[in-house]
Amino acid sequence: MSDTWTTILALIVITVAIKASGPVLIGGRPLPAPAMRTIALMAPALLAALVVVQTFTSADGEIVVDARAAGVAAAGALLVVRRTALLGAVVVGSVVAALVRAL
Amino acid sequence: MPAAADVQVRDSLRTGFEAGIPIAVATGLIGISFGVLARPVMGTVAPIVMSALVFAGSAQFAALAVLAAGGGAWAAIAAGMLMNARFGPMGIALAPSLEGSALRRALVGQTMVDATWALANRGGGRFDTDFMMAATLPTYVAWVVGTAVGVFAGELIGDPDALGLDAAFPAFFLALLFGEVRRGPLAVAAVVAAVAIALALTPVAPPGVPIIAACLAALLGLTTWAKRWDPSETEGGHA
Repeated sequence: MSDTWTTILALIVITVAIKASGPVLIGGRPLPAPAMRTIALMAPALLAALVVVQTFTSADGEIVVDARAAGVAAAGALLVVRRTALLGAVVVGSVVAALVRAL
Repeated sequence: MPAAADVQVRDSLRTGFEAGIPIAVATGLIGISFGVLARPVMGTVAPIVMSALVFAGSAQFAALAVLAAGGGAWAAIAAGMLMNARFGPMGIALAPSLEGSALRRALVGQTMVDATWALANRGGGRFDTDFMMAATLPTYVAWVVGTAVGVFAGELIGDPDALGLDAAFPAFFLALLFGEVRRGPLAVAAVVAAVAIALALTPVAPPGVPIIAACLAALLGLTTWAKRWDPSETEGGHA
């Protein structure tokens, strides 16, 4: 089997297993309050990490400041004014990144 | 009472689907970008099968980058697995909000995507899983269709990064983050800690590891300081 198909089949099985693990093993049960507080903080922690990594990481894993940073900063400026502008942030972020890259 | 519960479920499904549309638009564009980049490495069928059955953008891009560099299957699998490892803690976060049999819970778990998972967060550790499922549906369709468009129309599209699409998702996650930090100083503290961890590990750790490690910032919830600041404790028992 080619590397491509081996990779795809393995990642199908692994991804399904990872996504099922929490729901199957501890699903449907309430957890103690400290655990629930930790869960509540997962979303801000994960989102912050995704923003940082996807904005400032180059293809070879170094920290870089490029057109993406300009786009995300512009999206941030829009969000300061209009916190609910989800799609607006995506459009402004992409357009500004494209413009900076074209310069 | 069952009637009221039904109305609530229908409401979650409807608002979830509507909330999923802008995510689907962004996802479709990233899917096109994946298809364009994957075709020369994987051919025409494999990228579409991968998007339909792995359905995890960051893992697919990570595995593709390894294969494109000639890194072989095991390195590609490891890269994809590290990118998807965050779904472990995310699934644990979802677990208390899931009802029904183990099979049903496992299936709902498959509909986890970063954006819809974050949008389904209702605070205090609770998630609206009906909302998440409905929000993921248009995103799934857009991801698979986008990949196919990228594979078959890649020559017409050219370099997807020229359109700034690589800034679309961080911008979107930033928008979701603006909603999260309003939940209180504890959320702000978790964000600061997560950013510090991600920045510190990015130059030294393999891709994916900085993101999982940054999730450890949520352990601030175990501190006594967290108990004092927990907004859900002062609101009383809203389910």
